[in-house]
Amino acid sequence: MAITREEVLHVAKLARLDLTDEEVERLTVELGAILEAVGKVAELDLSDVPPTSHPLSLVNAWRDDEPRPSLPPEDVFANAPQREGDLFRVPPTT
Amino acid sequence: MTTWQPVIGLEIHVQLKTRTKMFCSCAAGFGGGENMQTCPVCLGFPGALPVPNRQAIEWTIRLGLALGCDIAPRAVFARKNYFYPDLPKGYQVSQYDLPSCVDGRLVVPSADGDREISIVRAHLEEDAAKTTHVGGRTGRIGGAEHSLVDFNRGGTPLVEIVTGPDVHSAEEARRFLQLLRQTIVELGISDAAMEKGTLRVDANVSVRPEGSTELRTRCELKNMNSFRFVAQGIDAEVARQVAVYEAGGEVVQQTYDFDAGSGALTARRSKEEADDYRYFPEPDLVPVEPPAELVERLRAELPELPAARIRRLEAQLDLDRATVLVTGGLDRLYEETVAAGADRVDAANLIANRLAGRDGAAVDARELARLVQARDRIPRAALDEALAQVTEPGFSADPYLAQEAVSDTAELGPLVDRLLEANPGQVAAYRGGKEGLLGFFVGQVMKETDGKANARVVSELVREKLSAGT
Amino acid sequence: MTAALDTLRLTAEEALGLVERREVTPRELHDAYLDAIVAHDGELNCYLRTIPYDDDAAPAGIPIALKDVISTKGVETTAGSRILEGYVPVFDATVAERCRAAGLSVLGKTNTDEFAMGSSTENSAYGPSRNPWDPGRVPGGSGGGSAAAVAAGLAPWALGSDTGGSIKQPAALCGNVGLRPTYGTVSRYGVVAFASSLDQIGPVARNVRDCALLYRIIAGRDPCDSTTVELPEPVRLPEREDLRGLRVGVPRELNEAEGIEPGVAEAVARAVDVARELGAEVGECELPLSVDYGLACYYLIAPAEASSNLARYDGVRYGARIAGGRYAEMVERTRDAGFGDEPKRRIMLGTYALSAGYYDAFYGQAQKVRTVIAREHAAAFERFDVLVSPTSPTVAFRLGERAANPLAMYLSDLLTIPSCMAGLPGLNVPCGLSGGLPVGLQLVGPQFAENTLFETGHALERALGFDPVPERLR
Ligand SMILES: [Mg+2]
Ligand SMILES: [Zn+2]
Repeated sequence: MAITREEVLHVAKLARLDLTDEEVERLTVELGAILEAVGKVAELDLSDVPPTSHPLSLVNAWRDDEPRPSLPPEDVFANAPQREGDLFRVPPTT
Repeated sequence: MTTWQPVIGLEIHVQLKTRTKMFCSCAAGFGGGENMQTCPVCLGFPGALPVPNRQAIEWTIRLGLALGCDIAPRAVFARKNYFYPDLPKGYQVSQYDLPSCVDGRLVVPSADGDREISIVRAHLEEDAAKTTHVGGRTGRIGGAEHSLVDFNRGGTPLVEIVTGPDVHSAEEARRFLQLLRQTIVELGISDAAMEKGTLRVDANVSVRPEGSTELRTRCELKNMNSFRFVAQGIDAEVARQVAVYEAGGEVVQQTYDFDAGSGALTARRSKEEADDYRYFPEPDLVPVEPPAELVERLRAELPELPAARIRRLEAQLDLDRATVLVTGGLDRLYEETVAAGADRVDAANLIANRLAGRDGAAVDARELARLVQARDRIPRAALDEALAQVTEPGFSADPYLAQEAVSDTAELGPLVDRLLEANPGQVAAYRGGKEGLLGFFVGQVMKETDGKANARVVSELVREKLSAGT
Repeated sequence: MTAALDTLRLTAEEALGLVERREVTPRELHDAYLDAIVAHDGELNCYLRTIPYDDDAAPAGIPIALKDVISTKGVETTAGSRILEGYVPVFDATVAERCRAAGLSVLGKTNTDEFAMGSSTENSAYGPSRNPWDPGRVPGGSGGGSAAAVAAGLAPWALGSDTGGSIKQPAALCGNVGLRPTYGTVSRYGVVAFASSLDQIGPVARNVRDCALLYRIIAGRDPCDSTTVELPEPVRLPEREDLRGLRVGVPRELNEAEGIEPGVAEAVARAVDVARELGAEVGECELPLSVDYGLACYYLIAPAEASSNLARYDGVRYGARIAGGRYAEMVERTRDAGFGDEPKRRIMLGTYALSAGYYDAFYGQAQKVRTVIAREHAAAFERFDVLVSPTSPTVAFRLGERAANPLAMYLSDLLTIPSCMAGLPGLNVPCGLSGGLPVGLQLVGPQFAENTLFETGHALERALGFDPVPERLR
């Protein structure tokens, strides 16, 4: 189950990781080996087995529609890399 | 030469008017200062976890039932993964392959019989935050280009409604949306106001040769923030696609933004890499399995829906008036006014034409009925004044009914004669067959008498004098 | 009085007694541990930061150490990552809140593999922790800081987090008791997420009774975590010293897996004999696919969830930001600079496993394997109350020994992963030494069977008489 350099670059794009060339090389090898190992789940025929996404079979955990106090501004922005007034500032998106 | 049939599917996002957000207890809705309605959950702080809002789940089911949907015995929230500054967790929580409501329909009464628009699904999701782009072209001195994020709206519950490709004209889309909007408003789950962004509509548009059943490449229209713009956008896109095909070209899948100013469509820059949202079941949440009692309770609580009322009124009035009254939320007032003794057609006309957009619930039908009955007798100015005041608490028609319009032909006759002499051109035109000019003459008389003349008497007078002359 | 405190041997229960009898004040106790930390943590690097006794809060109880994935209001919480360097939570994790409410004073934040991804703490961005039994060796991971701190007397007890073995495996390598509770019995609210459907918070302690005491403090439904439940029965402090009537199952695959060191196998076999002598009826059983496919299943599901859980580290609202370019470039640079190799590896793996065209073959199939693993365990628990095996195939390994080879490192959790996939509780109890290093016995029960695990672990602990104090520190 090999993975190509192009696939690594595509996945890095999806995951928003600006990998160095060295990282791309290394990950292409490492992921290939890991996928080889984990790919063995495909060996099993489980067509009639339902998937489990949760170890407990809980349902309907809801809360009532009652407002609670939000955070004070100093907490909202306590860790903000860049703040402008009461807004989070980020580089241009367009 | 082919005639082309528009094929339109609509995606409608409805912001629920719950008191709190979808997954946290921050107050939802407008009002708070920038980022003042936020907490660790809706800011996506490390370790924060979502807890679903019961009201939002019940209202989604309520809407699904009103749209004749099957309510899923098991609905599952999933994560839709992508990066954007308005998405604090790096994913949007949304029902995906197991939505709460599926396979419904909204029947839109229309001239050529009932039109059934299928509802493929209605699912619950969380809204994104608000990002504004500043600097750069707006040229603030020293203002570097950048974006600013306000997370107040982030996490507000949204219901996304997806129709089948069953809509075949801009007009049909408008009628469908009006009816859907009124239904949502009457369910009390959202104010569904496009101008406020609590109702958002995207349209998927394609065309095909009349008679064929194929589905050709479709384009998506976004940012149409009024029903009128939706209709304009669809017409423009249909025309564009028809032109492309007639020129022997092919339509390419594209997303267009509608510009209200120019009424033009501008293509969006397509992203470098194709979307791959990597949906998977949200592991921080458990499935929604609404108990049968809950669903039945919600079904029992459904009010009589607008579509049914349009059909009921259609029997007494024509479809258009019935539709305007119902989708304007004025049909109850109409029925009470008729019950209070007013003539059906007179009441329908007056309410549909003169009270559109007003709050029918604030009107005392008995007083309105008196106005309807007297509307020819009293001066137009008095009627206008009365209708302006009619929604005021404790409104009484008495002072307006006291005013008598001038109906005395002896008094009005000379006035009409003077007017006809003063406008020989229009007189000739009228006699030449332009009967529409009648209104012009009547209007002139009303102006001369500052609305005190009896419009009906005046128009009879004018008509007889004009025909007499020939 | 403080001088007389032997933090190396003092159990939490004894410490609580001292405080209740007013023989020592909570502050004296807190300071005694801080002194011990000053004396020994330079060598062991268990703590990323320590916290002075808080007079305002005036805790009435004893100190505790918290793994650095647990949010602490006003105290930097990094999860062992550069990308959270300087991040100071504005809220307490529910477990931190419950500790404070119980009067516990937080001694400090313990070291962890970055985002709890690892089995040695060598993946911490702030340097590895070392094993008190042999500083040349790893304390295990990801919760190596908490386990080493308790073993070295730098904390009476601690909280860790466990996704595939991060509590049990370090406890095994450091010779202390660690519980990975039933999924859903302890709140994850405020705990930096790794893999949401697997993450569990749990106690690390010197003995089983302390472990039960701490579990009692943190367990129970939390309205802020919709995946939590109320305990079906209250937590009992174990008293019994026999195992009469207990049915102990020995899963062949968990006890004969390749890679299990002979010394480890022997110690575990001896513990099983002791269980028999204490009156337990012991029998063999199978978990045919759970061990064979558990690791593969885990390394698809955990990275997939992690790739999504770690998407929030984008430099917008908190954490490090590498400026430059437009939004997309800023995010890509921030994440490449902020994440270490292991998180990147798992983000890439998980993103790939979820991406179009691969979902069914990988993530979807892994979820089905998960069902199979749960069914196999359910079947075993029809015949047995507890399943036993080694916790780790090996004793503590040397620093650097597996760092270069991810797959070799992943094998450290071969025996702890299957029960994690099924959301089952697992307890590590030290059961002897191999080459002078602790060997851990893993006790696994059905969901919500913590009391059974405590009773079994307590009786074995008494009978085995393991001394949790590292020989070189005695
Ligand atoms: Mg949507
Ligand atoms: Zn919030």
